[in-house]
Amino acid sequence: MKTLEKKNEMSAKVKKDKVKFVWTPKKAATAFSAYMIGLFFIYPYINMLLTSLKPNEELYAFPMKRLPQSWQFDNYLEVWSVAPIGNFLRASVIVSICATLLVLVVSVPAAYYVARNRFKGRSAFLLLVLATQMFSPTALIIGIFREVKFFGLLDTWAALIIVNAGFNLAFAVWLLSGFFASVPVEIEEAAMVDGCTRFQSLRRVVLPVTLPGLVTAVIFTFVSTWNEFTVALTVISSPTRQPISTGITTFIGQYDVAWEYLFTTTAIAIVPVVILFISIEKYLVGGLTAGSVK
Amino acid sequence: MTATGIAEKKVKNRRPANSTLSALPWIGPSLLLILLVVVWPAIELIRISLTKITSAGVLEGFFGLGNYRLLFENPDLKTIAVRTLIWVFAVVSITVALSLPLAQLINQNFPGRKFVRWAMIVPWAASVVMTSIIWKWILELTSGEFNLTLQQLGLQDGQPVDWLRDPRYSFFVLVWVAVFVSIPFTTFVILAGLQSIPNDIVEASQVDGAGPWQIYRRIKFPLLRNALLIATIINLINVFNSFPIIWALTRGGPGYDTDTMITFAYKMAFVEYNMGPSTALGVINFAFIMLIVLIYLRVTKATRDQA
Repeated sequence: MKTLEKKNEMSAKVKKDKVKFVWTPKKAATAFSAYMIGLFFIYPYINMLLTSLKPNEELYAFPMKRLPQSWQFDNYLEVWSVAPIGNFLRASVIVSICATLLVLVVSVPAAYYVARNRFKGRSAFLLLVLATQMFSPTALIIGIFREVKFFGLLDTWAALIIVNAGFNLAFAVWLLSGFFASVPVEIEEAAMVDGCTRFQSLRRVVLPVTLPGLVTAVIFTFVSTWNEFTVALTVISSPTRQPISTGITTFIGQYDVAWEYLFTTTAIAIVPVVILFISIEKYLVGGLTAGSVK
Repeated sequence: MTATGIAEKKVKNRRPANSTLSALPWIGPSLLLILLVVVWPAIELIRISLTKITSAGVLEGFFGLGNYRLLFENPDLKTIAVRTLIWVFAVVSITVALSLPLAQLINQNFPGRKFVRWAMIVPWAASVVMTSIIWKWILELTSGEFNLTLQQLGLQDGQPVDWLRDPRYSFFVLVWVAVFVSIPFTTFVILAGLQSIPNDIVEASQVDGAGPWQIYRRIKFPLLRNALLIATIINLINVFNSFPIIWALTRGGPGYDTDTMITFAYKMAFVEYNMGPSTALGVINFAFIMLIVLIYLRVTKATRDQA
């Protein structure tokens, strides 16, 4: 699968170099409509950035102006003392990093073993993993709440870490097993002849060459945990332990919707993860559809 | 070819089948996590739905189908169920209908294509709650940019429309935001499908004199069947489960006017502390998703076998 992709890419590149792009009216129309559509999909976020740079009195000014009349870059400094966003961000960073680590530790051995071995219950295991990918915590939230309560983990980050890891496990297992399977067994066998154990050959031979897959799994888990809302809303009750995704909604009641600060916060929360997510564009679809499309 | 397809092929000409026991150290942790996070809550949900439970969450013994009876006695349930169906159908069909031409467009060759694709990923990567809040601001009565734009274009004279609070429009606003956040994923799945169509088939039909529309309808579209099917099924589940959009924009209100079965179950459990019927509804929601998941597993199995 991977080698085929690369071949296609290479031939595409060769073609691109040979045939220079020539503007025709039809192509210009295509390009123009594509640019407009691109703009449309980032429009709300541009609106967010512009609003985050307005002074408060401009927000409700009449007639309203699209652009800030005086650019308030200070909003990005002031917001830290206006709302406890330092706390929110710390919670999100800790929960997302821990959930990501947990997913890696749990999914790498499973994906590797599934890619390399046939065993009784293998396809049952894969089906179970695939089914969990389809479930979101939302439908199970009452069960999750009661279980978290049973373990005495209400209002803890540990609960968020475990639940998020569980629901993102499937993406990692599917994606990584595809990557591991594409590593020729011969390389590993050579390593084992040289005295490597199974585990060492995984660590020293397989993992380094499947780094893109690992990075994709890491970023995907990090971003989806960062954005998770329902579980955080249900499990975390103290304002000081809220992650950013639910923290910003406390903004709305408590601070009488200070939109400029609300949007500086969402900008701080959105921009980094968008960049991360774009960096794994190539592998997203394969991981999410268990390879059945690409 | 699928990931498992490759895995199976590699495995087949390698070692003989191992016992489940020797696999356990490798897949055990994953199994444990799935049991803990997915299976346990599901069983707990079903168990509680058959138990009498107080608003404080104290269990008071077996209740048979009592919670389900209480749920079905609720006069709002029918409207909410119908609305949920409309919600899922509307969002998924609009999303897929718009994503088809969009995928075709960003599959064309033009300068800056990479940046257009990146732009289309943004709503997918950004938090859905935050995106919903931004749309709320854009649609605000007097301070929102949407009404301003309508006025400047001369499409709205006199009273601006209160999109979010006017019951005639609020549901459409929810549909709109849900479509907006669903399009990127759907478009990329269809794009992946388009990219997997071998170039020589297209070139051969060009040689045979087929026009671009004919090529799309007769060759590309049938080959997209699989990608479309999978995008549709995953969307069905996501949209049915969609909680943050509704919660951030209307909380299902006013009253229950914009609730779906998902937000209604949540509201009963965590806002009204009406635990019993909410667990019954939770089980029904779970069963509905389970059904779609089974369909998904069937569909992907067929494609896995083909590979």
